Amino acid sequence: MKKRLVVLGAGTAGTMVVNRLRPLLPAQDWDITVVDRDDEHRYQPGYLFLPFGTYTEKQVTRPRHTVLADGVDFMIGDVDVIHPETNVVALMDGRVLTYEYLVIASGTSPRPDQTPGMLGEQWRRSIFDFYTYDGAVALREALKGFDHGRLVVHITDMPIKCPVAPLEFTFLAEAWLREHGLRDRVELVFVTPLPGAFTKPIASARLGSMLEERKIVLEADFLLEHIDAETKTLVSYDEREVPFDLLVTVPLNMGADFVARSGLGDELNYVPVDKHTLLSTAHDTIFAVGDACDIPASKAGSVAHFSVEIFADNFLQHIAGQPMTGSFDGHTNCFIESGDHKGLLIDFNYDTEPLPGKFPLPVIGPMDLLKETRANHLGKLAFRWIYWNVLLPGRPMPLPSHMSMLGKSTDDLSKNEE
Amino acid sequence: MPVTTIDGHQITVDTEGFMTDYAEWDEPLGASLAAQIGIALSDQHWEAIRFLRKDFAVKGETPTLRRVSVVGAIPTKTLFQLFPQKPAKKMAYIAGLPKPHGCV
Ligand SMILES: Cc1cc2nc3c(=O)[nH]c(=O)nc-3n(C[C@H](O)[C@H](O)[C@H](O)COP(=O)(O)OP(=O)(O)OC[C@H]3O[C@@H](n4cnc5c(N)ncnc54)[C@H](O)[C@@H]3O)c2cc1C
Repeated sequence: MKKRLVVLGAGTAGTMVVNRLRPLLPAQDWDITVVDRDDEHRYQPGYLFLPFGTYTEKQVTRPRHTVLADGVDFMIGDVDVIHPETNVVALMDGRVLTYEYLVIASGTSPRPDQTPGMLGEQWRRSIFDFYTYDGAVALREALKGFDHGRLVVHITDMPIKCPVAPLEFTFLAEAWLREHGLRDRVELVFVTPLPGAFTKPIASARLGSMLEERKIVLEADFLLEHIDAETKTLVSYDEREVPFDLLVTVPLNMGADFVARSGLGDELNYVPVDKHTLLSTAHDTIFAVGDACDIPASKAGSVAHFSVEIFADNFLQHIAGQPMTGSFDGHTNCFIESGDHKGLLIDFNYDTEPLPGKFPLPVIGPMDLLKETRANHLGKLAFRWIYWNVLLPGRPMPLPSHMSMLGKSTDDLSKNEE
Repeated sequence: MPVTTIDGHQITVDTEGFMTDYAEWDEPLGASLAAQIGIALSDQHWEAIRFLRKDFAVKGETPTLRRVSVVGAIPTKTLFQLFPQKPAKKMAYIAGLPKPHGCV
């Protein structure tokens, strides 16, 4: 009897999982099936650039079936529910799939429906998001007609995928307004539930001063309760108000609803897993990779990549009944666009926060960490090519899966602890 | 880690005063910690604090406000009234748990 691995979601993580495992699992013993709603794979980091016209729709989209390895069955369908006790997945259209092993890779998505007043007559009129393809395209049109007033960039609650993207959007918007001679006519405000610009102290201080230099107002510790669409105002739980003319919000991010329906999710529909192996804490036939799991790391493509590398070898051990010896350390690596063709780079893991210094990479060479340079901006742009051509196909990256302390300065860290 | 004394309890804390040892806490100490930040604990406060303690014991992490509201069934609005301004931080402080790490 042939065995079957079923992967739910053919986004960044699901695609890498099946492409890496296909050559490792003999075709006469194993079928691999991956399910997604449609055949359009989007390069989500590109959503940051769509509103400013830097990227076109075509540059961020490829048919999913073209980025999946030969020998992988691709099924288009909407997942309804998983029955972990019987190893069955049911799709909305009534089809069922049985599995020996299941990988949940259904990501996380923005949920404007979770905040009162967000969806309504101002949605996509003065309230936009850029975390979806449609939202980013709609925002591009709105920016064309925006020439004065209060532009508010806002995060509803953490965690969100790519936690630096809202800051990047703010920096890019500031540069865009300057380029278009509009900066003097626009008040730019960054609203966050965090106590500062970012989550990690040293990076937060650096990014916070970058907001100041650009005269962007920081409204911190702001937890949104509802939006008053009539007066165009954000209202927090502690009754603070932030008015806007144009709001670019990141709605609450949540894992897929089928995770909750299957009884596998936490309060945000994320699947609890062991943070080093990604094995479900409830079922030893289920893994959850990428944004869909609850590991305390950034929800980012880079994390999905580093963790999938370790997952693939672990998976072979696990199905052979051996203990898994690979251990993911939470390695995250993010380019941060700062406008004017410059960018920063941060590199961190579960235990070590982003530090300044150099990032030593074979091939790509030394890059500056936590410092604005042109090389980092070029790195971010190169990432799109790397994504389609190296990451998704599961080719080896010139990047170690485990974080390295090489080239990093720990001076600030000891200062911080004093 | 610094050691400090609050109302006769010897406790280990981090640089910001959050307790670092789950086992060093008991309810009278919780009441003393609350008093330190100007909060007199009512039954409603205790409901939240006990949820935090119980949840931490299972998950090994200080629950977020969303988790307290969804799993602990105490609305976020109420938490802001009970522990004004910074409810997540204040609850963790009183419950003797690590500062919630604003996620990543
Ligand atoms: C604006 C923006 C900028 C970003 N920038 C960066 C960056 O610079 N660097 C970086 O590393 N990361 C970045 N990211 C994050 C990165 O895109 C994600 O972390 C990554 O895509 C996660 O991969 P995933 O496979 O877990 O989820 P996804 O790629 O989102 O894939 C999940 C898949 O599951 C499918 N699915 C969900 N529910 C169902 C269902 N019920 N039935 C069938 N299929 C379903 C979806 O259709 C989707 O294809 C950015 C994200 C955004 C939004």
